[in-house]
Amino acid sequence: MNETLWALGRGTGLVALVMFTIALALGIASRSGRPLPGLGRFGISDLHRTASLTGVGLVAVHLTSLLFDPFAQLRVVDFVLPFFASYRPLWLGLGTLAVDTLAVVTVVSLLRQRLGPRVFRTVHWATYALWPIALLHALGSGTDAGTEWFRGLTAACVVAVVAAVGWRLTPSYAGRGWARHPRRTG
Amino acid sequence: MPLGAAEGGVVTTRLHIDWTRCDGHGSCAELLPELLGLDDFGFPVVRFAERDPAIPRRDEEAARHAVRSCPVMALRLYEPG
Repeated sequence: MNETLWALGRGTGLVALVMFTIALALGIASRSGRPLPGLGRFGISDLHRTASLTGVGLVAVHLTSLLFDPFAQLRVVDFVLPFFASYRPLWLGLGTLAVDTLAVVTVVSLLRQRLGPRVFRTVHWATYALWPIALLHALGSGTDAGTEWFRGLTAACVVAVVAAVGWRLTPSYAGRGWARHPRRTG
Repeated sequence: MPLGAAEGGVVTTRLHIDWTRCDGHGSCAELLPELLGLDDFGFPVVRFAERDPAIPRRDEEAARHAVRSCPVMALRLYEPG
């Protein structure tokens, strides 16, 4: 049972990072205003939301399993207040910081129709900090962080986000953004 | 009678586009192709001459999907009256 909790805690943490990578990359991509081939425009936002909420669910399992795990020896306060843990407080604290940020971003996102786009967008900017913090937490706290496959997976996550930023910054906007150009001529 | 207009006596849902928010992402037109087209700049155009088009019953799910998918929250569904 203890081994199960430990494995579950590690596994859900890593898959949550992959989910947030997908969410961030799609968020950056959709911000560019271009549809993705095969996904279209609403498909991007659907997948963005599904990946994000899946990540939230996985983080919930990540926290629950590690709370009851006798190896991790975490206290409930470590899930709320960062940098007070007894074991590797910096790396664990980054995870706590990510959880706090994630909670705020998730609640604001679910209530976005009530809160309006300005509050939503301002708070959603925090995801640009959330992802690197979660990544550092994975690399610093991850039990498997020294293994080849873990490094390969986190490297793939970084490549995905960098690629999305690169695509976002290329100038071929599909007719929207600050400078507008007609899509069709004649 | 325009496409999607209300049947007699039934309360219909209408789609309101907040033009101060709309930024021409175009996902609403993908989800409601019979209701909305896109102009040359990517902004939605209601296909028949109604400011807030009535949503046909079969498009209600797609309309709710469009409201959820709008990245700038420019869409709203309401029932008049």
